[in-house]
Amino acid sequence: MEDLLLEYLPIIIFMGISGIIGLVLLVIPYFAAPSKPDAAKLSAYECGFNAFDDARMKFDVRFYLVAILFIIFDLEVAFLFPWAVSLGDVGMLGFWSMMVFLGVLTIGFTYEWKKGALEWE
Amino acid sequence: MVVAAIAFYIFAGIAVAAAFMVIAARNPVHSVLYLILTFFSAAGLFVLMGAEFLAMILLIVYVGAVAVLFLFVVMMLDVNFASLREGFLQYLPIGALVGFVLFLEMVMVIGTWVIAPETAHLAQSPIPPLGDVTNAEAIGRVMYTQYIYFFQAAGMVLLVAMIGAIVLTLRHREGVQRQSITAQVGRRAEDALEIRKVEPGQGISEL
Repeated sequence: MEDLLLEYLPIIIFMGISGIIGLVLLVIPYFAAPSKPDAAKLSAYECGFNAFDDARMKFDVRFYLVAILFIIFDLEVAFLFPWAVSLGDVGMLGFWSMMVFLGVLTIGFTYEWKKGALEWE
Repeated sequence: MVVAAIAFYIFAGIAVAAAFMVIAARNPVHSVLYLILTFFSAAGLFVLMGAEFLAMILLIVYVGAVAVLFLFVVMMLDVNFASLREGFLQYLPIGALVGFVLFLEMVMVIGTWVIAPETAHLAQSPIPPLGDVTNAEAIGRVMYTQYIYFFQAAGMVLLVAMIGAIVLTLRHREGVQRQSITAQVGRRAEDALEIRKVEPGQGISEL
């Protein structure tokens, strides 16, 4: 248990260093950078005329479709990792159970391909 | 072990604080970012428990994919969130009532919880010791054989999610010019151009 946690020590150090660098970059400008704000500098600027609208606009629903399809195949790959390392122990049943799982998802993949869900027009 | 305890309190504290900020942040995009921080801290807690595989899966699946999906949903809704919060005081009594009922139910469930006697030794060594096999291997040994039904059911759930997402969101627009690779490759020189002999001085005639 202790050995396992020791292996993660470099990651902790890494995260600490990146946090320090991020903080330093935030704090230094408060002291070092000149700051003379006025109304024109602080206003939103859009190619020479005033901004019409909020910057947040509605996303196309197709981004959502791509994201959800990505999640599904991400999960499929996540299932493959333990299967790959324990393939020697699980025998034929384990092998074929994964093949059936992949087959079921391949049906979905074929459906998706044939429906044109992967095309972007 | 002191370092592990300190790390636990740091991760747990960040997780609870970030989870509170998820519901307290005014901007919903900030809420999603705090949710990502909560996932990160939970992954740290998993590592402290020795569950490396779960921690990495949490990072890959939840931080990498689910949080992005939440961001898309927040961006897609296009709701004016400032006006959503206006009726806060008006809905406070009924919200408090629902919360209280849920709290009572939780108390009733947890208060009458009886831990089965045979789980005591299972909890002590839920997986084979880390020195023998890695997490991923320990999960793999049982998931594809002993829990094959749940594994196949997970595959079915993923299939339903995939087809459902396509059925609900896929709309083909009319009049969009797409690339048809079959037509492109199947096009021959004879279909496209014609070679004609032109005599000198003849000029262009009607075809």
